[in-house]
Amino acid sequence: MRRLLRAKDRMDAASHEKWPVSRLCRVSGVSQAHFARSFKDAFGVPPHRYLLTRRIEKATALLRDTDRPITDIVFETGWSSMGTFGRTFRDVTGESPTQFRARIKATPQKPEQVPACHLAAAYRPDLTIAVSEKRRQEADPKITPEETEVP
Amino acid sequence: MSQGVGVVGLYVRDQDEALQFYVDKLGFRVHTDVKNGEFRWLTVQHPEQPSFQLGLFKPQPPVIDAATAQSVHEIVAKGAMPPLVLIVDDCRAAFDRMRSSGVEFTQDPIDRYGTIDAGFRDPSGNGWKMIQAREERRTK
Repeated sequence: MRRLLRAKDRMDAASHEKWPVSRLCRVSGVSQAHFARSFKDAFGVPPHRYLLTRRIEKATALLRDTDRPITDIVFETGWSSMGTFGRTFRDVTGESPTQFRARIKATPQKPEQVPACHLAAAYRPDLTIAVSEKRRQEADPKITPEETEVP
Repeated sequence: MSQGVGVVGLYVRDQDEALQFYVDKLGFRVHTDVKNGEFRWLTVQHPEQPSFQLGLFKPQPPVIDAATAQSVHEIVAKGAMPPLVLIVDDCRAAFDRMRSSGVEFTQDPIDRYGTIDAGFRDPSGNGWKMIQAREERRTK
């Protein structure tokens, strides 16, 4: 468990990098066969989806706290293209990066009292289902999605 | 000050290991270390904060039952315990010193509009933020 946490910490520290399961296994010293399942058992989400939430979290922080162009933010947070980022961001948060930035900038806040990392964690999306699953549900809300990630 | 919070406890997986970490690597001092059978009341103190003790407790029977103790161990190892903050005067210097003594850092020092913070974990998995406050706020 403590080893899995090490892998999670490394993703936290460098969420813009690529984290294939093989690399996570090297960091944590857990065998590749068991890694994804043990990670999901421990933290509730599969490693890839966890990485996604960290990237979205970082992007929302940069959108909120800086005036940097969105293209910069996309590259810095590790996405391969603008399109992927925009689509994923909208699917996860329900608004486009531009809308999010406009809304959050319009409401003045006083976050200085909260340590930055905990503020970031509070803005982390809570992804209980896969993004693709969420897209499908929104496209046709009548269909109950099949559980695709039975361990 | 005579009223206020005196002890806050952390759950640790091994009290000897935690003691060594907090004393040798973080520079805390032992305040109380008393054994009663299997139970060990262990608290440490920051050298500049004599009114506060940090407890290093092992989740174990008979205080809590064995199954609950096991769950608590897992929760700590997952890093799911609440945040801890250590205030320092010089985050980068403390980072260099602690890292060279083998502290596991999860985040290198980052400057955020004047405050500098870094993240580390104790051997059990408890996550700490180490924060150097802005000059004007420190004098408050």
